[in-house]
Amino acid sequence: MIDETVVTLSRLQFALTALYHFLFVPLTLGLSWMLAIMEAVYVMTGREVWKRMTQFWGVLFGINFAMGVATGVTMEFQFGTNWAYYAHYVGDIFGTPLAIEGLMAFFLEATFIGLFFFGWDRLSRVKHLIVTFLLALGTNLSALWILIANAWMQNPVGSEFNLDTMRMEITDFGAVIFNPVAQSKFVHTVSAGYVLGAMFVLSISAWYLLKGRNVDFAKRSMTVAASFGLASALSVVVLGDESGYTVTEHQKMKLAAIEAMWETEPAPAAFTAFGFPDVAERTTHFAIHIPWLMGIIGTRSLDRVLPGIRELVDDAEKRITNGMKAYAAMQRLRVDRNDAAARAEFEAHKRDLGYALLLKRNMADPATAGPDDIRKAAASTIPNVPVLFWAFRIMVGCGLWFIALFAYSFWLSARRELDRRRWYLKAALWSLPLPWLAIELGWIVAEYGRQPWAIEGVLPTALGVSSVSAAQVATSLVGFVLFYSALAVVDAVLMLKYARKGPDGLGMWPPATSH
Amino acid sequence: MIDYETLRVIWWLLLGVLLAGFAVMDGFDLGVAALLRVLARDDDERRALLETIEPVWEGNQVWFILGGGAVFAAWPLLYAASFSGFYFAILLVLLAFILRPVGFGFRNKIADPRWRGAWDWLLTLSGLVPALIFGVAIGNLFLGVPFRYDDTLRMSYEGGFFGLLRPFALLAGLVSVAMLLMHGAAWAALKSEAVIARRAERMLRLAAVAFVATYVLAGAYLFVGVGGYAISSPVQAAAPSNPLMKTVVTGVNWLRDGALGGWACGTAALAIAAALGAALLAARARHRGAFFASACAVFATVFSAGFALFPFLLPSSLDPRSSLTVWDASSSRTTLGLMLLVTALLLPIVLAYTSWVYRVLRGRVSLEHVKQTHGMY
Repeated sequence: MIDETVVTLSRLQFALTALYHFLFVPLTLGLSWMLAIMEAVYVMTGREVWKRMTQFWGVLFGINFAMGVATGVTMEFQFGTNWAYYAHYVGDIFGTPLAIEGLMAFFLEATFIGLFFFGWDRLSRVKHLIVTFLLALGTNLSALWILIANAWMQNPVGSEFNLDTMRMEITDFGAVIFNPVAQSKFVHTVSAGYVLGAMFVLSISAWYLLKGRNVDFAKRSMTVAASFGLASALSVVVLGDESGYTVTEHQKMKLAAIEAMWETEPAPAAFTAFGFPDVAERTTHFAIHIPWLMGIIGTRSLDRVLPGIRELVDDAEKRITNGMKAYAAMQRLRVDRNDAAARAEFEAHKRDLGYALLLKRNMADPATAGPDDIRKAAASTIPNVPVLFWAFRIMVGCGLWFIALFAYSFWLSARRELDRRRWYLKAALWSLPLPWLAIELGWIVAEYGRQPWAIEGVLPTALGVSSVSAAQVATSLVGFVLFYSALAVVDAVLMLKYARKGPDGLGMWPPATSH
Repeated sequence: MIDYETLRVIWWLLLGVLLAGFAVMDGFDLGVAALLRVLARDDDERRALLETIEPVWEGNQVWFILGGGAVFAAWPLLYAASFSGFYFAILLVLLAFILRPVGFGFRNKIADPRWRGAWDWLLTLSGLVPALIFGVAIGNLFLGVPFRYDDTLRMSYEGGFFGLLRPFALLAGLVSVAMLLMHGAAWAALKSEAVIARRAERMLRLAAVAFVATYVLAGAYLFVGVGGYAISSPVQAAAPSNPLMKTVVTGVNWLRDGALGGWACGTAALAIAAALGAALLAARARHRGAFFASACAVFATVFSAGFALFPFLLPSSLDPRSSLTVWDASSSRTTLGLMLLVTALLLPIVLAYTSWVYRVLRGRVSLEHVKQTHGMY
């Protein structure tokens, strides 16, 4: 039997450490390319201000990068410390992209970050630009591999269960790498990071303009941010739609929960723009529907039907019943490995074995489950509908705002009027927290929406935990909260201090002659 | 394609290369951080000493992260059992490795002496704590760790943090600390100037002698006072990874009865000779030679432990047949083959650009130069 307290605390710890880590990573993803762009302009034009821009934003990048590295350490080891059965059960597949991430991405970014800061006097302009470019490439490759790993959790392709080793093993690595979920997730996630990087530069520059400081420096920075941000904001929404489409294919329950679509509707289904999902009644109050929209986004057709929650729960019930047969056959095979009838029974139903494991939460032997247990387990496949419903809508709302803001910034910068409208500068400044909000909500939609599965249809989250005590997890959780809170304060103090100082306060620009 | 048995042996060697690579590359960062307050007495000196590692420690720390990822991919049972079993020990290591990036990144950002003094202490701890814990963990491998598997291969661990602090394990912890102090001092001597380099030379000699003394003592203890493990059923080197398919006897002698006991003694002799060589070269101010000798000592020490344990990775004191060995804790043949291919393609590239970066950064860090800059990394 699984200790529910350990499960809850372990999930809480994972969510907090992942969400916290993901405050820093997206900024690294976006800002690193912006540094490369600024430095490329410097190398091409030879104008000193672009070098100073690279260096100034580089200082802020460095503060953020340190936090990203620090909080990333936890993530690499947490699967072992707190999710040991998960690590055993899927390590054969899941470990590989993590190891490749280390070899291909972490070494690249971590080796060249030092040279980015310490190499200005030791390298030629072009060589330093290459270093910056490799740094950006490394951060983005890291996102690629971790999202390939994550996509396999959402859509576990290219693998099958091995009875001898009691775990999932790889059958087709190509399928894992070219998982369609991985592709749409990668482009959506890095674009989100680019939007954040662009907003970071845009907002801080807007603040300088509001204060009348570093005017040339800030306007140039905003020009880069406006074009980079507009392209990224457009792609984050378009590619987010692609991401939604792959969810339709592979995680119907997640999609139904995001839409609070309780019943299967005739195609094309309506999109619920607003409403209050009611879990107990399985209905959505005060719903405002936009006809056809959901069917078109979700299926890209007018005639394919999207299943509702009730239908999906019924499906889950059938799969649990099948999974119980696989589980019973597995027990018989353990006693006698040559039992041909049991082998055939197991092969016939093994794709639903994971559904039988849902029952393990409440009983040691799923084969003994009664109709009530099965119904309960099937109902447990519904994620938290109101949270997903709202998280998704706020995220999308932010995305649309980013397009508008960056488009307007782009228009202003083309007309060289970036510093003319105070209300615009204030809007740009106060939009600073929004990309973070959207990104964290995106994580919640993707990962909280995956529940109750750690690996969709294969391994329930509750089963993945380590055999550690609740006291142990509580202690580490408190440790992380205290430690991370202290670091958050330190990080915020330094970021504010250096952003306030600005290129003028740091003696970076204008050049020393004017002092 | 290479057969399963050979792949397992290759990945066992690569595990050694990863651990030794970590100990050699990140080991000097840990050592320098631990010695920060000893080798450098005022803020200028400390900034100069830190600058010897600031441009490179981040890449070196990836050896640690990669170690986690590679053990996950190639030895998933070891990854799951060791990290959840050593729960609080790992937590302490993680906290130390979280402190390092922010310590290096943030220390110089504010000039207040209290701010910098606090980070100096934290950096010292972030160097010492992992060095100690890694040694204690390796020591515990020889003693066996209290865990068992049920028939679904769910592991349960029946011991706590303080159970790890047994005399032999603590001695192994001291070996590790002395070794990394030696290595850190060797780096500091190589990359610093003047007064810092002189202090580092003295520290290198002291730490090398301490390392040899504790290492020899640990070897003797291992020979007379530690009961080893051996597989007593016929070895199924290419069987599926399921630890429960074998039987294991206890109470044997790791060095005398171990499959590679002779290799262990040979590499141990090499480690001792290299450490003494490092001390002698330091006495003659031959810093480059001393650093390479120290690196050899570190590399040989890691391998001596691996050879002595072979084929065990994590013996179980609670249920010896649950012990993890090279033959039953790996990932599938496909994954091992694939990971080998990826490593063979990527590791040479990593080593190539890493050595290029070290070449760009060659030379000693000038104390005078550091005094003139305000050190805004």
